[in-house]
Amino acid sequence: MWTRRLLFILPLAIFLIAGAFFLWGLDPERDPSAIPSALIDRPAPEFALSPIEGTEGPGLSTADLASEGVTLVNFFASWCLPCRAEHPLLVRLSQEDGVRIVGINYKDKPEEARKWLEELGDPYARIGADQDGRAAIEWGVTGVPETFIVDAQGRIRYRHIGPIHPNQLENEIQPRLQALRQ
Amino acid sequence: MARVLFLLLLLLPLPSGAVEPDEILDDPALEARARELSKEIRCVVCQNESIDSSNAGIARDLRILVRDRLTAGDSDREVKDFLVARYGDYVLLKPPVKPKTWALWFGPAIILLIGGLATAVFLMRRPRQPAAGTPSLSEAEQARLETLLKDDPPK
Repeated sequence: MWTRRLLFILPLAIFLIAGAFFLWGLDPERDPSAIPSALIDRPAPEFALSPIEGTEGPGLSTADLASEGVTLVNFFASWCLPCRAEHPLLVRLSQEDGVRIVGINYKDKPEEARKWLEELGDPYARIGADQDGRAAIEWGVTGVPETFIVDAQGRIRYRHIGPIHPNQLENEIQPRLQALRQ
Repeated sequence: MARVLFLLLLLLPLPSGAVEPDEILDDPALEARARELSKEIRCVVCQNESIDSSNAGIARDLRILVRDRLTAGDSDREVKDFLVARYGDYVLLKPPVKPKTWALWFGPAIILLIGGLATAVFLMRRPRQPAAGTPSLSEAEQARLETLLKDDPPK
């Protein structure tokens, strides 16, 4: 009797599990190409970059990340259109909210990068020029733009792939920055 | 005959990677190792393509990195670990066997086993001969069946 009842419940259970799986698969919010970062909660990787040629900036290396509190690390390039879209957001974040942002200029021509910063504003406290893309590999970056939150101890706490939309800034990035700053 | 064979050989698809001449190492043994290793490493921005066959920018960077590390004396294992530490298991085209991936590796075999067992149980339980309770035809019925078949033979 007991096994008989089980026999009737089993298909229902299988259906529910499969249904839940399909529901998850159909979720429009889910990005199937998103890759979890292997670097979350790990110290920022070792790298040392010189400044963009022709600028007087100090360059950027691992040590600069743990010394001055919570930092946003932004990979950008002048040839990257989505970077242009998110740039005003970064300028506002650094000017109005006083967030420390450092930039890694990914495979860019120095003169193009300089022009871009003049034209659109420079939100970066420091910029390193990653000419051969090696620093990007150290960070597990797959393309620009990408943005990381690094805490005051120099540990990576969050990774954002692609341009930052205003609602993502509000819902995902700012709450994390605030929590880490306290 | 030899000429035809030669022409046919020309038609064979050759393994053509995306490796560019300036990337190739001087040491052929090391280069061969780099090629083999590159085939197991995923181009992280492509759809299921190895860095050996992809011409994406990042694939080229990773190919050069693999060669640099091999030249520096890394083992194949160390090169893979280096990449996994930065890009996660995703960077390997063949996922490693570990508790988190057991379902992936052994799931199909287990489902096949369950299916096979269910089929076996079903076949064993099914009576081989018609059940004893099934009434057979009476003599009158049998005679009528035969006349019916004779009147209207199957076409």
